[in-house]
Amino acid sequence: MFEILSKEMLTPIICRMKVSAPRLAAAAQPGQFLIVRADEKGERIPLTISDFDRKEGTVTIVTQKIGASTADIIAYEPGECFADVVGPLGLASEFVEMPADKLAQQRYILIAGGLGTAPVYPQAKWLKEHGVPVDVIIGAKTKDLLIYTDEMREVCDNLFICTDDGSEGFKGMGTNMLEHVVEEGHKYTQAVIIGPMIMMKFTTLTCKKLGIPAIVSLNTLMVDGTGMCGACRVSVGGKTRFACVEGPEFDGYEVDFDQAMRRQGQYKAEEIAANENHVCKIGRGK
Amino acid sequence: MANRIPRVAVREQDPKVRATNFEEVCYGYNREEAMLEASRCLHCKNPRCVGACPVNVNIPEFIAKVAEGDVDAAAAIIAQDSSLPAVCGRVCPQETQCEGSCVLGVKGEPVAIGKLERFVADETLAKASATVAPSNGIKVAVVGSGPAGLACASDLAKWGYDVTIFEALHKAGGVLEYGIPEFRLPKDNVLKHEIAKVRALGVKIETDVIIGKTVTIDHLMDEEGFKAVFIGSGAGLPKFMNIPGENLCGVFSANEFLTRNNLMKAWREDYLTPIHAGKKVCVVGGGNVAMDAARTALRLGAEVHIVYRRTEAELPARKEEVHHAIEEGIIFDMLTNPVEVIGDEKGWVKALKCIRMELGEPDESGRRSPVPVEGSEFEIETETVIMALGTSPNPMISRSTAGLETNRRGCLVADEQGATTRPGVFAGGDAVTGAATVILAMGAGRTAAKAIDKYLKG
Repeated sequence: MFEILSKEMLTPIICRMKVSAPRLAAAAQPGQFLIVRADEKGERIPLTISDFDRKEGTVTIVTQKIGASTADIIAYEPGECFADVVGPLGLASEFVEMPADKLAQQRYILIAGGLGTAPVYPQAKWLKEHGVPVDVIIGAKTKDLLIYTDEMREVCDNLFICTDDGSEGFKGMGTNMLEHVVEEGHKYTQAVIIGPMIMMKFTTLTCKKLGIPAIVSLNTLMVDGTGMCGACRVSVGGKTRFACVEGPEFDGYEVDFDQAMRRQGQYKAEEIAANENHVCKIGRGK
Repeated sequence: MANRIPRVAVREQDPKVRATNFEEVCYGYNREEAMLEASRCLHCKNPRCVGACPVNVNIPEFIAKVAEGDVDAAAAIIAQDSSLPAVCGRVCPQETQCEGSCVLGVKGEPVAIGKLERFVADETLAKASATVAPSNGIKVAVVGSGPAGLACASDLAKWGYDVTIFEALHKAGGVLEYGIPEFRLPKDNVLKHEIAKVRALGVKIETDVIIGKTVTIDHLMDEEGFKAVFIGSGAGLPKFMNIPGENLCGVFSANEFLTRNNLMKAWREDYLTPIHAGKKVCVVGGGNVAMDAARTALRLGAEVHIVYRRTEAELPARKEEVHHAIEEGIIFDMLTNPVEVIGDEKGWVKALKCIRMELGEPDESGRRSPVPVEGSEFEIETETVIMALGTSPNPMISRSTAGLETNRRGCLVADEQGATTRPGVFAGGDAVTGAATVILAMGAGRTAAKAIDKYLKG
C-alpha cells in the first residue's frame, strides 16, 4: 500500500501530496509520470511526478480537481493509503541522456502553464544541479492559481511570472511573456513547454516564430500506461506514436495538437454523467 | 456400449437474456451430467488426447475418476499437470487439441473433455492444491502473472523455490484478468480462486511493479538476490491497420476496450471507468479477442458487426465463441476489409469504408489469402470501430535488459527449454511466440520451470 505522508492545498483545487513508493522513487527521472488508483473502484489516473526523494523513498504528486477520480485522490489524508501507485512511466527528458559536451552548450527556457508547473519543477532542478543555464516562465489565469513560485525560484536562474489578468507579474499569457523575454535579449537553445494542450499548441507556435526548438509533454488519455491500450495515440510528424511509452515528451513542432485535443475529450460525455452521479465517499467514516 | 451415449449437452444461459448481462454464458455440468459424460470415454490404450494437450494432462485417468464420482481424486490427477484447470476448461481451444484427437470424434462427438475438466475444477475450487516441498531458500523472479508466469511459479514453488511474481497492473492474472471477459471467465467466482491456489503454494505476487521501468532484471539479479528470472510478460501491444482515420475519436484497440471493461469493470455502475460503445460498433478481426470485444459491445447495448477479410471457415476464434456470438446476434460481415475510417466534422467516427474481398491462392499458412475486389468499396455507418488485429510483445523488458535478444517480430529469443540469450534468464508464452493461447503459455511456463530447476541445481 502507498501511504500519503503529507498533504497541502496549493490552491483551492490543486493539492500536493508526498507518497511513499520506494521502488518508484528509486527509478524516477525528470520527465516521467506515474499512475494512481485511489481505491478498488477508481480509475487509473496518470499524474506527473513533481519531485522524488530516493533516500526517503517518496514521490510528490500534484493533482488538480477535474472530475470524480481526481476529486477522490484529493480527498485522501496523510496516514491513509492509495490502493496503487505505479511507475515511473514514459521516457526521461531528453537532457537526462544528453552527452555532457552537448549539454554544456544548452540554454533552457521552461514554460509552465497552470498545473504544468509541477512537472517543470524536477526538470529545472535537474538542470540547475547539472550546471545548465535554465530560465522558467510560470503562467496562470490569476494570482491565486499560481503554484510552485517559491520552489521554482530556488532552481532556476531567472523566474518570469505572468498572469492573464495582471494580478501578479507580467500581464499576459505565457506566449506574450516569452516574446517579451526574448525581446529583452535572453537567448535559448531549447524550450520545454508543459501545460494544457491548447497552451502547448500556441506556445509552440510562438517558439517556432522565435526560432526556438520546443519540446512538449503530452497529457493524453491512458489506461495502463505501458503501451497496452493505445488510448494515448498521437500523431507526431504524421506518424502514430504512443505517448505512454514513446513520450510523454515530443517535438512540439511535429505534434498534431488539434487531434490530440479532440482525443483527450473522448470520454467527456461519459465523465459528465459520472460526475453528476458521483458522491465521493473517500475519507468519510474512516 | 458406453460410446452409444450421445455427448451430454451443456446447459447455457438463453442467448437473448445473456446478450444483456455479463454473467457466465455456460453453466457447466452438474454431477450427474458429468458422470454420464465421463462414462463415454473409451480409455484408449494409447490416448491421443494426452499428447494433443500442451501440458499433457492425464485425461483418461481423471475422467475415470469422474465416472466413479471421485471428484477429489480427479482433481489431484489434473493438478499434477495443470495449475489453472478452471481457466483451461473454459478457454482452451479443445476442438483443435484434446477433443480434436478423441477417437470418438472420428464417427461422432468427442468426449467433452473441456467441460469435464471445468466440472472437476469448479467442484474443488476452494480446496487446497498440491503439496509443497520444504523451502530451499533459492529466490526466483517471475515477470508477469498471466498463464505462463502462474504455471512457472506454481511448479517452482512446489519444488521448494522462493518465488516472487512481479505484475505491472494492479491485479494479478494478466490476460485472464484484463483480456478475457467476465461472461467467459468469471473473475471473482473462478479466477480469484485459481490465483489464491497459486499463492497458497507460497508464491508471492507483487503488483504495480513494471519490470524494465520500476526495476530492471539486472537489479533483481544483482541487488535483490534472485538467482533466475522467468519472463512471461505476454504480448500486450495492440496492432493497428495504419489506414487513414485510425486516430479519430471512437476508434479503439480491443485491448483498450476490453481492459476498460474487464480489469477496470466499466460494465459495473459502481466503478468510475468510462467506456464508449455507442449504438453501432464494427469490430475488425476474427480471433477470440474480436469475439470478446464484439460480445462485450453487444452487452453494453450496441448493434455489433464483425468485419473480417476472409470467410467464416477461416475465423481463427474458438468454434464455441463464434457459435455463441452468432446465437447472441452478432452480425458477421465476411470477406470485408476496412480501407479508411471516415470522421465527422467533430473528429468522431461516422463510417468505416471497406472493400470486398475474395479468396485467392493458399498462402504459407495454408489458408487461402484474401484479395481485394477492385472498385467494390462501400461504407458501413458506425459510431465505434474496435481494432482486434492481434498483439505483439512489449519491448520494455528487452530494451532495458542487456544481452536479451529479440527477433524481427519483437519476440524474445528462447530455446525449446525457454532459455534466453542471457544466462539465468528464461522466457515463455506470448512474449516468445507472439499472441497464442492460454494453454500454450502454461505449457511454456512449465517447461521453463524444469529448465530453471536444472540450471539452479546443475
